[in-house]
Amino acid sequence: MAIHSELLPASPEHLGDSRPPGRGVDRAFRLLAFAGGILVLVILALIAYSTISKAWPAFRDEGIDYFTSDVWDPAHAAFGTLAFSFGTLVISVIALVISVPVSIGIALFITEVSPRWLRRPVVTLIDLLAAVPSVVYGLWGLLVLVPALPGFYQDWHDLFADVPVLGSVFDGNPIAGKAFMTAGLILAVMITPIITAVTRETFATVPQAQKDAALAMGATRWEMIRAAVFPHSRSGMTAAILIGLGRAMGETIAVALVIGSSPQITEKLFSSGDALPSVIVNQFGESTGTYQAALIGMGVVLFFLTLMIGVIARTVLARSERKLGAA
Amino acid sequence: MSMTMTPPAPAPTPARPSIRRSSAGPWRSAKSAIASTLIVGSLVVAIVPLVLIVGYVIVRGIDSISWAFLTDDIPILSRSEGPGMGPAVVGTLLITGAATVMAVPLGVLGGIYLNEYSARTALGRVVRFLAEVMTGVPSIVMGLFIYSIWVLRFGVSGFAGALALGCLMLPVVIRTTEEMLKLVAPELRESAYALGGRKAGTILRVVLPAAAPGIVSGALLAVARAAGETAPLLFTILTVNATNTNLFHGPNTTLSVQIFRNAQQVFPGPQQRAWGAALTLIAIVFIFTLLSRGLSAVFSRKHRV
Repeated sequence: MAIHSELLPASPEHLGDSRPPGRGVDRAFRLLAFAGGILVLVILALIAYSTISKAWPAFRDEGIDYFTSDVWDPAHAAFGTLAFSFGTLVISVIALVISVPVSIGIALFITEVSPRWLRRPVVTLIDLLAAVPSVVYGLWGLLVLVPALPGFYQDWHDLFADVPVLGSVFDGNPIAGKAFMTAGLILAVMITPIITAVTRETFATVPQAQKDAALAMGATRWEMIRAAVFPHSRSGMTAAILIGLGRAMGETIAVALVIGSSPQITEKLFSSGDALPSVIVNQFGESTGTYQAALIGMGVVLFFLTLMIGVIARTVLARSERKLGAA
Repeated sequence: MSMTMTPPAPAPTPARPSIRRSSAGPWRSAKSAIASTLIVGSLVVAIVPLVLIVGYVIVRGIDSISWAFLTDDIPILSRSEGPGMGPAVVGTLLITGAATVMAVPLGVLGGIYLNEYSARTALGRVVRFLAEVMTGVPSIVMGLFIYSIWVLRFGVSGFAGALALGCLMLPVVIRTTEEMLKLVAPELRESAYALGGRKAGTILRVVLPAAAPGIVSGALLAVARAAGETAPLLFTILTVNATNTNLFHGPNTTLSVQIFRNAQQVFPGPQQRAWGAALTLIAIVFIFTLLSRGLSAVFSRKHRV
């Protein structure tokens, strides 16, 4: 590293606290860096303040109905968001149920199974999955997946038609491919890279000695994973799932294109629905007044939900790291 | 133990415990084999959609790509066939570029603050924690935020979109910068101080250059993510059909917004343009992502002491 000559003191009196030249620069730079750091706090506070104040008319007019009513009728100034919260919950759960086992599998592949030379290419592939823009997932989902799914949904429905609970869960209107399930499937692919990344980092911190110990006792690879890797990674995996949940809830564009945009609360996963973020993008352009305030209010709900999930996830993660540091 | 007994030999060799996995017995070995298959299977399950999506975008989009497609205006009548995504290409580059110009310097400063000035202070911990949490704020919320605070006062513009993208990039750049600065050997800082360097000079001329490849790699990844964003742009930049090079005035458009709008049309013309725009966008995003990974590979090799 080249040390520039400007760094050399011109004379000994430049040592100590009395170094005059550059003192102002030092202070100014410190202040600048401080501003860069503090900007995060400023932006988060501004998000909360500006969105809440713009959404206030809707919160004020609707009161608790805003959260508990499922009647969304802008023409008659009824703004109940329960059906959208329900949709967001349903598609996020579908996405997690599919994505979590797959992500844990990929993370295990990268850390425990893959030969060394294959690790980097696999990580790059999963990174590319994360790099595909949301709108491209949506385009593919809408023009390729949606037309292909009704037949599949019909078969799936027929298969479970006589099973008590599953019969009505795997039901809906399988003629249309736009459904809760379609949105959940697309989301599952989209959140897999982030869950994989966090899980993989946790698995990588499992002490080699513990893995070796399990293997030395005659454990098979799977027994080693269950005895050494999983117990060590419980909080890391919890955090990964929470971070994935946060992503799924906030994902907008791909969901907006494939969910079908009809607010309803039903247990039938093959019927169309709607979710908080997709309602915002689909209706914002035509909205004014309280209508717009109600849409911004959904943004407030999303902001605080994802913030809460993020805080819990990062706390769990930080605690597990501290525990490791102490061990 | 499934060890085969060998007929008695003249010199009895001590029975060595087999270290092969098959020594675990059939059921336990089978379970492990099933688990390994499922693990490999999960990788396949994730790669199939990647191949399908990228494959479809290439096959369906390649016919659209031409010089005219990348430079012509977008047809006024949305159902008409033929090219034009020029305004969206220009808009994507301008808006993502403006977001980068704002977010990267501020993010690097924030990372410097966290690692060089307040690594152990309470405020530093709070900022670090919230920067991590902020990476999880949905992009649609950033759009609503900029709409509430900027667009309602100053109207839509490419700049409003850039502000929203910048807010999304900022925490990512802060976190990567901090991580990369952590990797710089403390001895390097100490040598600079020993030579009489001041803190600001040491950071700017010694520490930052050492971490530069890693920081650039992180920034490139943030740029790739921002270039593909749609939700925060829809109501901050709206859309136009002719190129708008004025970032600060009037509506603008990007490839992502055009894909979203055209995908919902039932006519073949706009759908074709959507596939073409998707291929253009994926090419831009993948180039930035792979550049970033290449750089980070170089950087991690350099720091593997």
